[in-house]
Amino acid sequence: MNRLDTDARMARLRDMVLMRRFEERCAQLYQQTKIRGFLHLYVGEEAIAAGICRQLRPGDAVVATYREHGHALMKGVPIGAVMAEMFGRVDGCSGGRGGSMHLFDAEHRFYGGNAIVAGGLPIAVGLGLADRMNGRDRVTACFFGEGAMAEGEFHESMNLAALWDLPVLFCCENNLYAMGTALGRSEAQTDLALRASGYGMPAWPVDGMDVEAVHAAAERAITHVRSGAGPAFLELRTFRFRAHSMYDPELYRTKEEVERWREHDPIDTLAARMTADGELDDDAIADLEAEADTAIDAAVEFADASPVEDVATLLRHVYAPDHRTEEVTA
Amino acid sequence: MNAASGSVVMTAREAMRTAMSDAMRDDPRVFLMGEDVGEYGGCFAVSAGMLAEFGPERVRDTPLSESGFVGAGIGAAMAGMRPIVEIMTVNFSLLALDQIVNNAATLRHMSGGQLGVPIVIRMTTGGGRQLAAQHSHSLDGWYAHIPGIKVLAPATVEDFRWMLKPALADPDPVIIFEHGGLYAATGDVPTVDPGLPLDRAVVRRAGRDLAMITFGGTLPTCLAAADELATDGIDAEVIDLRSLRPLDDATILESVARTHRAVVVDEGWRSGGISGEIAARIMEQAFYELDAPVGRVCTLEVPLPYPRHLELAALPSVERIVGAARTTMEGGEFVGATASAAPGRTVPR
Repeated sequence: MNRLDTDARMARLRDMVLMRRFEERCAQLYQQTKIRGFLHLYVGEEAIAAGICRQLRPGDAVVATYREHGHALMKGVPIGAVMAEMFGRVDGCSGGRGGSMHLFDAEHRFYGGNAIVAGGLPIAVGLGLADRMNGRDRVTACFFGEGAMAEGEFHESMNLAALWDLPVLFCCENNLYAMGTALGRSEAQTDLALRASGYGMPAWPVDGMDVEAVHAAAERAITHVRSGAGPAFLELRTFRFRAHSMYDPELYRTKEEVERWREHDPIDTLAARMTADGELDDDAIADLEAEADTAIDAAVEFADASPVEDVATLLRHVYAPDHRTEEVTA
Repeated sequence: MNAASGSVVMTAREAMRTAMSDAMRDDPRVFLMGEDVGEYGGCFAVSAGMLAEFGPERVRDTPLSESGFVGAGIGAAMAGMRPIVEIMTVNFSLLALDQIVNNAATLRHMSGGQLGVPIVIRMTTGGGRQLAAQHSHSLDGWYAHIPGIKVLAPATVEDFRWMLKPALADPDPVIIFEHGGLYAATGDVPTVDPGLPLDRAVVRRAGRDLAMITFGGTLPTCLAAADELATDGIDAEVIDLRSLRPLDDATILESVARTHRAVVVDEGWRSGGISGEIAARIMEQAFYELDAPVGRVCTLEVPLPYPRHLELAALPSVERIVGAARTTMEGGEFVGATASAAPGRTVPR
């Protein structure tokens, strides 16, 4: 029912392989101290960004969280600019000022990179409000984890978006752990779509490990939102295979639980389906991986070649340059 | 209207309403959003009547969701709108602190200069109306701590009328603190934009003997104190800062260089407040101009109480300002003169 055609399947597989290998390279680069600070990897959750962001139009917006490398790539932010941002270099998509948690790209309408849990939701509401007030045919997709649903800003944003019929698609990536706190330990109502539906918008759960299921759900939800009928909510059930960040000893979950979820790896799942349907063989998978590695190698090379910012310009970007700026105390 | 002088008398409330209405007529991107700004007419009646002219899309009542609607204003500003977001009081703005500090103030920087947040956030500040400890505080100086936002404090009806326009034209987030005690004040307002830059302090009363530096709700108190000092032959200069971020150091230092004495008057608390910042800048840049230590008159270190006599005793008063000015004139230090309820101090029996 959710089946994509062969070309679309291959495209989503390519997307997921790229994200997976990009993140794995980031982990290596972190060990090599090329990337510093906090680094939150998306490994295991790739079907969501691939299934949703690839259906957005260039004029549509994405608001994401600090685990947003995949969303940025899927929204079209150039891979070299993403890598250079993590290196803190001037050619980064945020000029190096943001790092891994704060990827921005105004041209591609990628609005971060918000590292305050649920802090991006009101922003998404505002982007949607501006679109509605101007009669623009645009959608804002807002990604957040299930941990955000315990925040007041989630409640306020869902209510505002539904009250004002705003074109916002709320995408809850439910990976079952808010850092180290299991869903059942932090939410009285763990049926998240049920909770969301209480705000008066269509809301339903989706297998977030199956890119074809995500694609189908997103298609339906985006159609609803784009029609002007107001917001929608998707609970995307998923799992992060790696630690919360690079500092996480994972004391809060068992290896067995992680292994069980790895059996539902979104890449393996789609690849197996395509192989069974005669659409994919081992050579094709190897080709996809090689293609991803070539792009990632080039991104790393680009990032490494990009200069660091001169300290002389440290005080830039606090206020607009053409306006009176803060006096500089020597 | 007095056509000859090109001015009109109005209240501060009417002045801000006129400014907002003008802005909305001139620019379709401008809209007003906040709690009870529409049907109710504004908690302090600032937006009374605007719903009828502009309709519910542009005079937009919000739910009680400070973080939600301030954040929505930020998002709308990034998407090309010019929102005016009204928060009932500075105390309520604390519910929106995440959006103001973590987003409005940082997005230009975090995005490497790609995104601007041209939002104006207006809120009521200040005490003196027996509204007790959750409606009366002056956290204006607190916001002035944050790089990335600009902080304005109109003290005259003219500034209530004419500060909004340049604030809306500013490509960065601007917070306007409106002292609740000033809304009913009347004043002569020029009918054309005087074009005063937002970040310039103004000398409201010229004087030779000391610089009295203040902003917002305590400007009238300072002017009254200056009048009283004049009867003693002390000629105080009164400086209205108008902007707390950025601070107009030049106007302050120029005055101190002439008067050699300074008293800072701030309705915020003294500890960690903007008054200390101003005093420190004077010390850093004009130490050798000073003939006496810089004095401070602030709200005493207590959440504002409900009883009128206690509230008035806590707030800066003409009496305390005059006292501080006299101490300065005598070259005295302010040991304990403005301090009160210091941590650990026991109540005298």
